This record gives sequence, structure tokens and C-alpha cells, in this order.
Amino acid sequence: MDELLREFLTETAESLDHVDAQLVRFEREPNNGQVLSSIFRLIHTIKGTCGFLGLSRLEALTHAAETLLGKFRDGDAVTGEAVSLILAAIDRIKTIIDGLEKLQREPPGDDADLITRLTRAADRRRSRKSRSGGTAAAERRSQQIAAEPGDPAVIRNLPEFGEGAARIASQSIRVSIDTLDQLMTIVSELVLTRNQLLEVLRRQDDSEFNIPLQRLSTVTTQVQHEVMKTRMQPIGNAWQKLPRIVRDLSAELGKDIGLEMDGAETELDRQVLELVKDPLTHLVRNCADHGIESPAERSAAGKPPRGTIRLSASRQGGHVVIEIADDGRGLDAARITAKAVEAGLATESEIATKSQTDINNLIFAPGFSTASEVTSISGRGVGMDVVRSNIEQIGGSVDVNSDLGCGTSFVIKIPLTLAIVPALIIEVAGERFAFPRLSVLELVRIGSDHRIERIKSAPVLRLRQKLLPLIDVKDALRLGTNNAAGAFVVVVQTGNQLFGAIVDNLFHTEEIVIKPMSSKLRHIGIFSGMTILGDGSVTLVIDPNVLAQSLARARSRTKVPTDTAEEKPIGRQDAVSFLTFRAGSERPKAVPLSIISRIEEVDYRKIEVTDGQYIMQYRGELIPLFGFDRQPRIKKEAAQPVLVFSEQGRSIGLLVDEILDIAEEPFDVKIAGEGPGALGYALIDGVTTEIIDVGFYLKRSGSLGRAA
Amino acid sequence: MTDYVTFTTAGQLFGLRIEDVQDVFRMANITRVPLAGPEIAGVLNLRGRIVTVINLANLLHLETPKHSGAEMIIGVERNSESFGILVDRAGEVLSLSDADREPTPLNLDRTLDGAATGVFRLDDKILVALDADRTLNLQTFRSSAVQ
Repeated sequence: MDELLREFLTETAESLDHVDAQLVRFEREPNNGQVLSSIFRLIHTIKGTCGFLGLSRLEALTHAAETLLGKFRDGDAVTGEAVSLILAAIDRIKTIIDGLEKLQREPPGDDADLITRLTRAADRRRSRKSRSGGTAAAERRSQQIAAEPGDPAVIRNLPEFGEGAARIASQSIRVSIDTLDQLMTIVSELVLTRNQLLEVLRRQDDSEFNIPLQRLSTVTTQVQHEVMKTRMQPIGNAWQKLPRIVRDLSAELGKDIGLEMDGAETELDRQVLELVKDPLTHLVRNCADHGIESPAERSAAGKPPRGTIRLSASRQGGHVVIEIADDGRGLDAARITAKAVEAGLATESEIATKSQTDINNLIFAPGFSTASEVTSISGRGVGMDVVRSNIEQIGGSVDVNSDLGCGTSFVIKIPLTLAIVPALIIEVAGERFAFPRLSVLELVRIGSDHRIERIKSAPVLRLRQKLLPLIDVKDALRLGTNNAAGAFVVVVQTGNQLFGAIVDNLFHTEEIVIKPMSSKLRHIGIFSGMTILGDGSVTLVIDPNVLAQSLARARSRTKVPTDTAEEKPIGRQDAVSFLTFRAGSERPKAVPLSIISRIEEVDYRKIEVTDGQYIMQYRGELIPLFGFDRQPRIKKEAAQPVLVFSEQGRSIGLLVDEILDIAEEPFDVKIAGEGPGALGYALIDGVTTEIIDVGFYLKRSGSLGRAA
Repeated sequence: MTDYVTFTTAGQLFGLRIEDVQDVFRMANITRVPLAGPEIAGVLNLRGRIVTVINLANLLHLETPKHSGAEMIIGVERNSESFGILVDRAGEVLSLSDADREPTPLNLDRTLDGAATGVFRLDDKILVALDADRTLNLQTFRSSAVQ
């Protein structure tokens, strides 16, 4: 293709996207002279280049659009109709450009219809203006003199609009995406070769290769980081088309919807950006279509008639978090339940045991759609599940929160980059796997200092003041029996969940290039990808998020020893581990596992009473004991289970009758507690459980003096 | 006339059109994939490419004698992904006339029927011609996958 033409196409495509967004903004801010002049500049530039390249169709169209825009510059009223007309012209221009790209010349066609409407709209204004007393000469003068208040920028910039642009342009250059991709591929090769060399070096004791190789390794890492920076793009690029889409949707649906964007400068990898564009658009359409109510509905509900969709993006650790929120009608659990049952996704009784979060997540199930009839916009029933699977395929997650009547918010979490990540190489049942280093908090060797303990059948690790739930990786991968005899625990943090993964062996950390799972293996959720290690072996990369979900599954499997389908809903990222127990009444109680320091089995003889307060010895101190009855009954036989909590040097114990189990549930206290000492009730393992407020007891202990 | 790459597995002779075959190599250093069905032999590294290896005998539910060491892999490219079909032995390339190809027998196992394009009656045995795409598309078991 002609080089000039190619450049024209690239630049114009960019400009047109920009014009779209600017026009939508201009419609809402008709007094913003800067926006108008920027639009005018863009159209004018396109027109000029078209004339130069002999593209007559485009030239005629842009000329007509520019004329109408000129009317606005003269101070004419900006009507939605006129803006729509200009947007239609932009769309026609885009179509012609598409044809131009394919045919290398303008596609034949007639734009007389559009041009006539544009000219007529402009004329109407001119005649209105003359009727109000202006003459043609006065018009020309007003175009030349900076008479309009607040608009001096417009006139001044027009003749010399090239200058400002040149200054910015010299700080950056255009590079073709193919070149950057090629560079990235070569750097990946470099990283792999560096890994191979390091692997060889590892097996030798001393070598003169040591120092230069270390230097090479450092330099390789630097190159890798710099090249990865070139792949970073602001997420605003994916948001560019959205203002126009929302505007068009508003018109189509008869609603009034505004779009707010925050954090558009947040950068992420170009590849990730490409993959997240469509899901983002779909979610925004979903908010406009299903979330925001009609102006009448909103007024009736006491809300402002204009609904708002808010996009925000920010960096959090190795991830980019994008939130799409609306202030619409929120998710209706009843409607979701009805639709899920109708679509055969679950039975009524199953749903009755689900938490609000789980019910909300049903909207992501394949085949689900609450649109009463399939709309062309977003109700196809294939939308949301594709959104989730697309995002999960790149190692991200999407969750939904909602407040009935107030709004809904989708939170997407995606990794900053897919390309090269540091991974910990672990071994389980003789096989090696890669574990993303970013999720690993620490490594613990099992031995005399740290032992794997069991609460009922669930393995836990006592780590400093916390009890960590454990998952046996060998078991999660069905590579062996669950004997939890592993030698190491990898402490992992994903979302809210802190847990440990039991492995047999730990090797080194290696920078790996993650390749996506083969299409035939993608359904195995626990692996996020594959890689070739420095020694040439293909290694599977474990997804810590999915491993965390195994926590709940392992629990339900040990309770129900049949092979029937898993009845437990898949734990989501906001699941927290709870310890359930019975104390003082038949109804079970629970506390979050993470705040328990120890679970002691205390000989009743070690418990004493002083001034009506039970105390016991604990690590050289005497700590107060609280029970849940008026008169805590101390078992006179066997050991008394006590939950010990420590905070800021203070410790207390809670007397319980029986430890029940550990369960993973979202922290969702449904009904507020009746009295002090309890936060309320929540559904844990399908049973209404009282959540204990440990803080209350810790405070009570403060008012007691230290027992002598 | 069409050229077929021939190979044997579970005592049966098969063929794939030579245009569909990328390479033929010996099996070595394969990484097993936990939680995958029995038809997935594993993944391996072939000159920097990750190849997903499929066990043909398991895929077609063929009975294999215990001692058969499946050793050769027929490399097939599909949708820019590399796959390998693990077979017992690779044979020679045969040029066969399309006219000689007969429709698959009615009593052929349904799975095999789904993957085959026909059979050739050779001097002393029958060759089942497979379609690469349909073979790779065969519904794989979704057993025990942790979703």
C-alpha cells in the first residue's frame, strides 16, 4: 500500500475515535470552546489531507460536517439532532475509510443524502442568524475577530494548529505494533536462554562464567523490564469508544445515562488491554441496559433522572483493578433465583442455602439471562459467562456486588502483564510445577518448629499468631492420597484468603514466559498456563485463585465421602475461613479462623476462679476465660477446648463445648446480633451460625487487672 | 492419489494425509497433566514449541496390550497450536488412490467412525484413514477436572 495512504489511514482512524468521544463531551458541555475547537481542528485536518490525496467523497463529507461545526463556533445553539447528524457523518467517513483500506481507493457511493442534511442544518442556522439582524459581512467579521467571550483560543489556534502538535510529536515516535511484538518475542527467547545458562551454572560449583553470567542476567532483566514498559498502554485507550456507545444506548433505550471515567491513565500490558476491551464494553452495555432505570422509574424512586455509570481503574500490587459501577436498580435476588431455576441451573432448595454473593454470581452462569426478551444489546444469554471466562483466561477475576435499589458494581482484577513473571518451582509427588511468585508471602519448612495440625480432618498450620488453613497440593491435583506429610508449606495470599499450600519440595525461583494452556486442557481450571523451564522441561503453572477454591471443596469432600457432584458452591475470592464450634447452646457459633491464636485443650484442673472470673495459665501468664453461659460449666473430665485470642500483648480464652469444623464462606453477617458479644448471624455451611465478636471479650479483659 | 503417513496403534493400522502432518518424532520427556482425561498423554517441548500429546489408543477406546510401549508421535498443527498423536509405531508413507478408499464399515465403533474418512484394503491388512481435524475434535473426557 502507498506509504502516504497507510499513514493517512492510521492517523485518521485515531482522530475519528477521538472526535467521537469529543463530540459526546461537547454535547454535554456546549459552552466548552476548547472541546469544540479540538473537534474542528481534527475535522479540518482530515479534510485537508483528503483534498491532498484526492479523496473526493471524504473531502465533500468532511467539508459539510466542518461547515455545520463552524455554525457552533459562531455561537449557534447545539442541538442533539445536529450532533447526531455529525456523528452520522463520522460513521459514514469510517465506512469509507474501511473501504479505502481494503480497495486502496475510495469505494464508489453517494453521500448526497447526508451532505444535503448537513448543509440544510447549517443553512437553517445561517438564515436564522441573518433574520436576527446579522449580515454576511458581519458574519465573516465575527469569524475573524476574537469576539466570543471565552473563546480566544479557537481563533488564535486555527491558522497555526500545526505548531502545538509538532512540539508534542517530537517527544514520541510511531512504532509499528509488529515491531514491538517481535522485540518482545526476542526478549522472551533471551530470558529463556539466560535461564538455561543459569541452570547449567547451578550444577557447577565454581566457574569463571559466574561473574559475567550474573552480569548478563542483570542486563537481561533490565532489557526485559524496559521492553515490557513499551507494551504498557493506558487503559483509557480501551475506554475511548465508550462515551459514544453510552450516548447511543441512552438514545436507543430512552434513558438518560452519563459516563464517568476515573483512572484512565492507569497502564497495563497491550495484550491484556486487547483481551479486556470486549468484556468491559459488554459490562458497560449491561449496566445501561439492565442496571439503569428509565427516568420515570428513577424519579419515582427518588433518584435523579440521570443515571450514572462509573468506570474506575487503579493499580494494586501486580494487578489492575477496574470497577464498573452504576447507580441503577441493583440485582434482584428474587428475579435471579427465578431465572436460574427456569434455566435449569439450580433448584429452589439449592438456592435457598446460597449467600447473597453466590446468588449474584449466578448471572455469570452459562445460559443465564434476566432479559425478559433477548435484546440486541446485551441480553443474549451468552454475554456474562463469556465475560467471566475471557477474563479468567488471562488470569483475572470478575466479581459483582449489588445493593437492591441502589446500584451494581462489577470488579475486574487482571494481571498487569501476561508476559514474563517470576515463579517458584515446587515439587509434588515427584512432579514439578510453577507457582506465581507474586502470590507467595513466605515459605515454611515443616519440622519441630512448625507442625501441621488437624482440626477435625482439616489441616492447619500455626504460624505466629495465626491459624492458617492448608490445602494439600498433591490432593488438589489428585496425585496421591491426602496424608499431608509434605515437607514445606507455601503461604499464599489471594484476594482476601490467606492459606498455605503443602508441597513436597521447593526449588528455585525462575522468570518464566507463561504460554496459555492448550485448548484441549483449558477446562482444567487449576492451571493458568504452561512454560518451558531452563532445563527444557514443560511445566504447568498453578493458579493460586483456583487452588484457594479447592479449600472449600476439600472440606466438603471429606464430609460427604461419595462421588456425587460437588454440592458446595464454588468459593469466591471474598471467602474467609471460619472455625465453627458449639458453646452454651445447640446453635453453632463461629469466629474467623485468622484471628485465633491457638486452640488449646486444657485440663480442667488448670482453670481457676478468682473473684468470679475464670482464669487459666497460658504461656507463663494468667489469662481471663470467658464462656457463653451465665455460669460457664467446666467439664470435670477430659480436656476443655479453649480458643485463645491475642491482641497487643493481651490474651483471652473462650471456653467452648466442642469444636465443630472449619468452613469457607464470605463474611456476610445477615442479621445483626441481639446483644453485645456477637456480630450477628450468618449462613455457614448452610446452617445459621452466630458470629462472635471477639473484640467485645478482649475489651472486657482490659478492665480486669492482671491476676497475680 | 493421496500420500498417507501410516502408523500402528493397538494392532490397527491408520493413516493421516501427509499435508496434515507436521513431523514424526520419538516420544521423550513428557510432562503429565494432572486432572486431564486418559486421552491426554501429556505435554512436551519440541524445539521450543509446547506440544499437547494425545494418546490415540485411549482416545479411540482401543484395547492395548500391557507391554505396548507407545513410542512415536505424529505432530499435527491446528489453529496455531501444536498437537501430537501418540502411537505405537510409525510406518512408511503410502501413496493410495482415492478410488480405492471405501466407506467405513457399518459396524465400526462410533468414536472411530467419527474420526475416520474411510478404509483402504491393503494386501494383508486394513488401513483406517483418519481426518486430522475430526480426530483432534473428538469429544474428550471431562473427568475430574477442578473448575
